[in-house]
Amino acid sequence: MAQITFIDLNKDSITLEADSGSLMELAVQNNIEGIDGDCGGVCSCATCHVHVAESDMAKVGEASEIEQDMLELDDNANEFSRLCCQIQVSEDLDGVTLTVAGE
Amino acid sequence: MSEQTCIIIGASHAGVNLAFSLRREKYQGRIKLFDADPTLPYHRPPLSKAYLTADDPIEKNALKSIEAYEKEDIEVNLGRSVASIDEKNKLIKLANGQTEQYTDLVIATGARPFIPPISGLNSAQHLYPLRTAADVTKIKQAFSQSTKKRVVVIGGGYIGLETAASLKMMGATVTVLEREERILARVTAPEMSEFFQQLHSSHGVDVLTGKNVESISTQDCLNTVRCADGDEFEADIIIVGVGIRVNTELAATAGAEIENGIKVDESAKTSLPNIYAIGDCAYHYNPHYGRFIRLESVQNAVDQAKVAAAAIVGKETKYDTLPWFWSDQYDVKLQIVGLSQGYDNIVRREEADDKNKFSVWYFKGDGLLSVDAVNNAKAYVIGTKFIKGRNIVNKTKLADSSIELKPANLLP
Repeated sequence: MAQITFIDLNKDSITLEADSGSLMELAVQNNIEGIDGDCGGVCSCATCHVHVAESDMAKVGEASEIEQDMLELDDNANEFSRLCCQIQVSEDLDGVTLTVAGE
Repeated sequence: MSEQTCIIIGASHAGVNLAFSLRREKYQGRIKLFDADPTLPYHRPPLSKAYLTADDPIEKNALKSIEAYEKEDIEVNLGRSVASIDEKNKLIKLANGQTEQYTDLVIATGARPFIPPISGLNSAQHLYPLRTAADVTKIKQAFSQSTKKRVVVIGGGYIGLETAASLKMMGATVTVLEREERILARVTAPEMSEFFQQLHSSHGVDVLTGKNVESISTQDCLNTVRCADGDEFEADIIIVGVGIRVNTELAATAGAEIENGIKVDESAKTSLPNIYAIGDCAYHYNPHYGRFIRLESVQNAVDQAKVAAAAIVGKETKYDTLPWFWSDQYDVKLQIVGLSQGYDNIVRREEADDKNKFSVWYFKGDGLLSVDAVNNAKAYVIGTKFIKGRNIVNKTKLADSSIELKPANLLP
């Protein structure tokens, strides 16, 4: 079980619990505003873009090459950017905070 | 409490997204979704891919959880088909005779698989299209019960090829029969067809072109698929993926204007008052290409849902999204932006750092229409930027893999 906190587009902080699946699935099933996951989690649409809290980067890990490429021209992308369909829930992620990136 | 009611016919990507978009637009009225499919609405693209190959329940692919519908006060009526629309009295009639009143009606009825008139097809054993979760359940069942697992896929389009790849990975012997001289003939350049032909060959799938299936004969659960050229293929399971028919009947009977789908304006309104159409069934104008089109894609379903939701709450809105698509086969990711129809020249670009990546850029004259990017998300996003910006690309530089793929490097 991991507790994950999302800060949505309205700056509301929502803490959720999960055992498995991706962080995108967790966000979509809980209506986190700004996480759409239109492609169903295959890294094709970039509608699940989050910024990982700097202090959590070591836990979450850096974006893979395809994530970086998908975000290459996104003005909101930075070194903390991830597409959260590519992050699988695990105990190690307990306590991390993700901020939904704006459009 | 507002007395408004929005009824949505069809609870797939378009219909479900419309319901949630309406709430995001602060719509206060009742929202009622209807669909003949009894399954909690699910993502369709995984049906031919991860959902077919993995043992996950369909709930893992749900578009939204039951709780999400409850939280947003969206009524979901599953396993309920709509029989007709009475646009004068603003109500719909369900198959069981019950009626439901609407203020606004959204038709998101999508499409159904086209089953070609092949002799003997109706008596074939284990013959399935692939569009619904129920179709996949049947395919999986037939597959697990079959000892020889010989599969013939009729149709070398994306559905057929994705299904072929998935079944092959599951251990089937797969033959794809394509009527045209190359696979994906309607949607890609010969270079892409060639690539996918070889990809499937290298995985041991026989992809045969110029094969027009004429008849199927079935004895003791074994099908024999016969082509016009006399070739015959034995099949324990047959997958039919030869395109779709648009579900326009409800809209047509109500009197809506129909062309290649239900004709809508830029805010997804049909020719009938307070009736909208979105998703696969909507024949709409695309400003990037200056023509009316109909698209079968998640992107189109989701984005038209947003536009229709905005229109229903009275906002000025306009559908102008650049179309995009994807297909995953084996470990290859294809991403497509734009529509290549009408192209007259292409540039094929390889990447110096990775031989598994390439991209095909479709032009009409100097105008970039579309990009097919294979394992190359960067080409996909840069192509998107250029098409949106109507940039003129330096084709010589684009074709030169020693020049790094970056927008600044490719403009004249």
